[in-house]
Amino acid sequence: MQNQAKTLINKLGLDPRLLGMIGALVVIWIVFGIFTEGRFLSPRNFFNVSVQSASVAVMATGMVFVIVTRNIDLSVGSLLGFIGMSVAALQVQVLPDVLGLGHWSIWIISVFAAILMGAVLGAFQGWVIGYLTVPAFIVTLGGFLVYRGAMWWVTKGQTQAPLDPIFRLLGGGAEGTLGETLSWAFGIVAALVAVGFMLLSRRNKAAHGFSVKPAWAEGILMAIAAGGILLFVSIMNSYPIPKGAMKRITKAQGIEYTDGMVWNHGVAIPVVILLVVAIVMTIIARRTRFGRYIYATGGNPEAAELSGINTRFLTVKIFALMGALTGIASIIASARLNAVDVGLGTLDELRVIAAAVIGGTALSGGAGTIYGAVIGALIMQSLQSGMASVGVDAPLQNIVVGVVLVFAVWIDIVYRRRTGA
Amino acid sequence: MDKQTPLVDMRDIQISFGGIHAVDHVSVDLHPGEVVGLLGHNGAGKSTLIKILSGAYQADGGEIYINGKKAEIHNPRDARRYNIETIYQTLALADNLDAASNLFLGRELTTPLGTVDDDAMEAETRNIMAKLNPNFQKFSEPVSALSGGQRQSVAIARAVYFDAKILIMDEPTAALGPHETQMVSELIQQLKTQGIGIFLISHDIHDVMELCDRASVMKNGKLVGTVNVDDVTDDDLLSMIILGKKPEGVAVQS
Ligand SMILES: Nc1ncnc2c1ncn2[C@@H]1O[C@H](COP(=O)(O)OP(=O)(O)OP(=O)(O)O)[C@@H](O)[C@H]1O
Ligand SMILES: [Mg+2]
Repeated sequence: MQNQAKTLINKLGLDPRLLGMIGALVVIWIVFGIFTEGRFLSPRNFFNVSVQSASVAVMATGMVFVIVTRNIDLSVGSLLGFIGMSVAALQVQVLPDVLGLGHWSIWIISVFAAILMGAVLGAFQGWVIGYLTVPAFIVTLGGFLVYRGAMWWVTKGQTQAPLDPIFRLLGGGAEGTLGETLSWAFGIVAALVAVGFMLLSRRNKAAHGFSVKPAWAEGILMAIAAGGILLFVSIMNSYPIPKGAMKRITKAQGIEYTDGMVWNHGVAIPVVILLVVAIVMTIIARRTRFGRYIYATGGNPEAAELSGINTRFLTVKIFALMGALTGIASIIASARLNAVDVGLGTLDELRVIAAAVIGGTALSGGAGTIYGAVIGALIMQSLQSGMASVGVDAPLQNIVVGVVLVFAVWIDIVYRRRTGA
Repeated sequence: MDKQTPLVDMRDIQISFGGIHAVDHVSVDLHPGEVVGLLGHNGAGKSTLIKILSGAYQADGGEIYINGKKAEIHNPRDARRYNIETIYQTLALADNLDAASNLFLGRELTTPLGTVDDDAMEAETRNIMAKLNPNFQKFSEPVSALSGGQRQSVAIARAVYFDAKILIMDEPTAALGPHETQMVSELIQQLKTQGIGIFLISHDIHDVMELCDRASVMKNGKLVGTVNVDDVTDDDLLSMIILGKKPEGVAVQS
């Protein structure tokens, strides 16, 4: 029985580690589902968990590259706060004076400003690490303190609110979703693209005369991928928008609200952002020279250098990318809260590192996947939300998350030793 | 042959690591189609000398001429531009990547979209490994899962794939079995006929006598001398290596 399952997994060409992580996630959901009499398994909760995970998950994909090259970034939480505060001040205090309140371009300028600011600060840290050879731990520990302090100076500690209405949509909420119809369209396109890529890759392999998976196995994988995407969309599309928000939305669209009218949320915009980021980062990791050099450098920095890779400049690029992703995460986090206070992003660096590490990124370098980091972020958020909904106190939540982190890494080490990977 | 401009001419090279003169005013040269053996005890400075040529180290003094022109080699990228390929003693493989990724590291084949073309690289790798080490089958595993000899085969394949004009081999057969070693010997003969110049570092006097045209011997960072292999006996070479003594009655370049 066990052997049959093993050969099936082998034939399908699935990564056992991926299965393990998804298994752990499902177990967490089921356990909390039982304890909350199904509340945890409601569309509403899945919607919330997906939105709450997005910001950390976006940063975790960048942290994979950082850790793969044997570095660490302790500054992302503070940087997220600093960017959030700066961009909030920009759209609350500066842009309305220059462009007029509610100008259509405010959100676009804010988005670009956030990403640019992150990339520039990240690149600077990367330069100090790569060219001045100060260890990443120290540089980013410095950044951790500097950005948190700088954040306070932006507004002398004042909370910035409310944010631009369109900008706010990037954080989710009742309005910040694709809506039902667009969500289905999104899901169908995503499913088709996934299947298309699998067919393309199969054709390429066959063209070079390599052995390919049996057709039935490929068929099952396509069904799982497409089915998973559509299942997710259908769950998001069965979470009704509450009455109050309905009234607001219908009014904004000039539709008359009647009792018994039901619209569903659909996929939240931050989740769409996360999916796009995850796909782009996966392509970078697997299909670009940049990605190849990241893994090569992590595996053997000396060999990478001897192969003509400019590992110093590579470090600059990796940290710039990490910074840009922190900018995106900052947009999501501040838009979701519709306000930025001096606490924004506190402890996020640890959540991000934990997500990457739970997702199988090895601190010794050279190994780690983007999907792992995203699942790691989902596992962390599910645990936290689950415990909160069961009524576990905050201190105990921290204890559980801490224990799970160590446990997950230990399992990963045992797994690696067994498989000799 | 001596009248020709040498392919590589390293003149008066020196480098020290914190007071240790690892290479101390050494001059060696190499002609097209020639194999020059580099010999010497452990720590004599052989690897350090060739790492200066391959761009891994920067010399503290001395000059390198390639085809008679002064060459500026500041890093491994520069060396690759002069078609210098190196098989390092440490192999310099990224253990977490598979054979094809290592073979093409830094020079990936790409698709028209600019993405790396793993399938094409694996196909090429299969081709070259079929010639070099037909028993090699582990194409999809990371090279950490390979044996020492298999890893060495990957490093050799990488050096010979990219049309090297100057090939540096730092103990290329140290981990190979007899059959694989024989194949590398044949490979060296074949590359020679293509006009490639080869620096071969080896501790095996027999190999050196068989494969090399000339041999340069180093001791404690200094060059003892360079001799035509046909002019000397095994014992002459041994006493150069161990005692640093030049053989009598033989032309010694130094
Ligand atoms: N990166 C380095 N830092 C400090 N010392 C070094 C370094 N590389 C080499 N050395 C020293 O330089 C000397 C020459 O070393 P090298 O590796 O060139 O010897 P070798 O002739 O290749 O020996 P072997 O036959 O053992 O490979 C040794 O004394 C070594 O300790
Ligand atoms: Mg050596």
